[in-house]
Amino acid sequence: MHALAEEDLLITGYRSHGFALARGVPPEAVMAELFGKVDGCAHGRGGSMHVLDPSRGYYGGWGIVAGQLPIATGLALALRRQGKDQAVLCELGDGAVNMGAWHESLNLAGLWNLPVVFLVVNNRYGMGTAVERASAEPDLYKRAAAYRIHGERVDGDDLDTMIEAADRLLTIARTEHRPAVLEAITYRYRGHSVADAGLAYRTKDEIAEHQKADPITRERAKLRDAGLTDDQLDAIDAHADERVAAAVQAALDSPEPSVDRLAYGMHALGSAEQFARMRPGSPFGEEALTFDAGLGA
Amino acid sequence: MSTVEAQTGTQVMNYREALRLALREEMERDERVFLMGEEVGVFEGAYKVSAGLLDQFGAERVRDTPISEEGFVGAGVGAAMLGERPVVEIMTLNFLLVAMDQVINHAAKIGAMFGGEVRCPMVIRTPNGAGNQLTAQHSQSFDGWFAGTPGLKVVTPANPTDAKGLLKAAIRDEDPVLVIENLPIYKEKGEVPLDPEFVTPIGLAAVAREGSDITIVSHSFATVRALHVAERLAEEHDVSAEVVDLRSLRPLDVETITKSVAKTNRVVCVEEGWASYGVTAEIAARIGKACFDDLDAPVERVGMAEVPLPYAKGLELAAMPNEDRLAAAVLATLGMGPGAA
Ligand SMILES: Cc1ncc(C[n+]2csc(CCOP(=O)(O)OP(=O)(O)O)c2C)c(N)n1
Ligand SMILES: [Mg+2]
Repeated sequence: MHALAEEDLLITGYRSHGFALARGVPPEAVMAELFGKVDGCAHGRGGSMHVLDPSRGYYGGWGIVAGQLPIATGLALALRRQGKDQAVLCELGDGAVNMGAWHESLNLAGLWNLPVVFLVVNNRYGMGTAVERASAEPDLYKRAAAYRIHGERVDGDDLDTMIEAADRLLTIARTEHRPAVLEAITYRYRGHSVADAGLAYRTKDEIAEHQKADPITRERAKLRDAGLTDDQLDAIDAHADERVAAAVQAALDSPEPSVDRLAYGMHALGSAEQFARMRPGSPFGEEALTFDAGLGA
Repeated sequence: MSTVEAQTGTQVMNYREALRLALREEMERDERVFLMGEEVGVFEGAYKVSAGLLDQFGAERVRDTPISEEGFVGAGVGAAMLGERPVVEIMTLNFLLVAMDQVINHAAKIGAMFGGEVRCPMVIRTPNGAGNQLTAQHSQSFDGWFAGTPGLKVVTPANPTDAKGLLKAAIRDEDPVLVIENLPIYKEKGEVPLDPEFVTPIGLAAVAREGSDITIVSHSFATVRALHVAERLAEEHDVSAEVVDLRSLRPLDVETITKSVAKTNRVVCVEEGWASYGVTAEIAARIGKACFDDLDAPVERVGMAEVPLPYAKGLELAAMPNEDRLAAAVLATLGMGPGAA
């Protein structure tokens, strides 16, 4: 995220909270979205999986595995059509590379020289399925070669490595309009979701082993080596905790979306008139809805 | 429903256990039956329907797949063409969309397009349902889209007995059958026949509750709601509502619906999905023609508000069909609602 230029675009899967925060979306807006409140970045309509902020070039968290990939190529296509030297960063999980949409998107990006970097966050599992159990070629970055796209694998838990690789590939995308696949190796400590304890398909030892290489711990050690004191580092943690508490408070204070704005955003302005003719005798549903955009609808 | 042998009896179990029992029995009965899908093996199913099956039948017959719905649904089609009996689990109905082409353009076409020369005896099972703030891409019930496709069979069990009976019938069927399960019903309990030969024939609706004043036509989770509403209306308004549970959307048992409407003369159709162009639209059209002279009030419909389902709890509740809304529609159709003359 650090390597993204201000004008670059971002699109991700459903693990959207961290990307939004790193992109500079105010924690209040992210938290309010999680709480389903009007001050959330999707006004409480999208929730956890669908955080976004177009004003910061973040075109959304998406919930269907690999669904965001073709869209990323479309963002890149638009940038090329508009003659803009910007890049698109498209995040996906290791599980997404077995969808047809991955292959189709890589081919389009390769064929049309689109400025998009596909960031494969390889956290070793898609739900309970280890990469080796899902992918015939578990070196995921190698698949880029099939489309004559540059592919490489890095230690995604090493901040400097990650920044260097992302910066280099995004620069190539921006200046030479060439796509790339960047596979970042990391690990998922918790279960897939709240419904998964995460222990049916791996051992506690395995998790503990990976926790030793935790990027935050590693970064802390590096900063200490660079001369920061433990007090200074603790102060950073405390500051983060305060920001979270403030965001929670802001989310709590934000109003619930009003039910008479159920259809907010669904269609562009001017649609209410079109739908008016559908109402007579309609089943319960659209009768109560106002289809025009605008919070005041 | 076929008769239950007295000596085998019944057992109380929930919907997911009933499905599991159906899978186990059919896999024991027929070597050709195998299960595949995301997380069906080691993880024991995203909703634990297949718990224990990997241990019993092994990885060859309980096959974990990558996230590749189009690929493994299509693999099911091909395997079925060679006489295998694949049961393909899709984590939720929403994800079947990426395999829609294999379902609609391929599986559904095989029998007719190849002049009956080859068949496709496969089952796709997947839950629909909303209500957990999973938002627009994860909360859909477009059962009607599939039911609108000639060449497919679509069943929608609303209780554990039908879950077992219909899944078994689907596995034994010679055609592609989509079994639409339901997330909120997974934990519902009921008496389930233990007879391994018990099947619920595809294409028969059930009168889930008898009544005389009005008919509620429903399927899947809407049937659970309809039964609650019928009880409530009996208690609070002395209304005797009959509930017709469609059970099978294609083929559709029009006869059971029209018989009920001929008796009650009033009908409300309810579904969990969007009503426009939905299952209730088809039912209403059938009733409009078959029961033209029987109706004392226009056919009423209840469905999800026609928006992609929003996240915020208050909006989600407002958009989903609920018991209050259904009860209000029933009372209005009886001329008893607010605003009735
Ligand atoms: C097309 C589709 N199939 C299935 C799912 C259900 N699902 C959600 S996340 C997920 C696992 C994805 O794994 P991965 O891509 O590795 O991402 P991670 O969760 O590890 O970040 C699955 C199967 C889905 N959302 N979309
Ligand atoms: Mg993963």
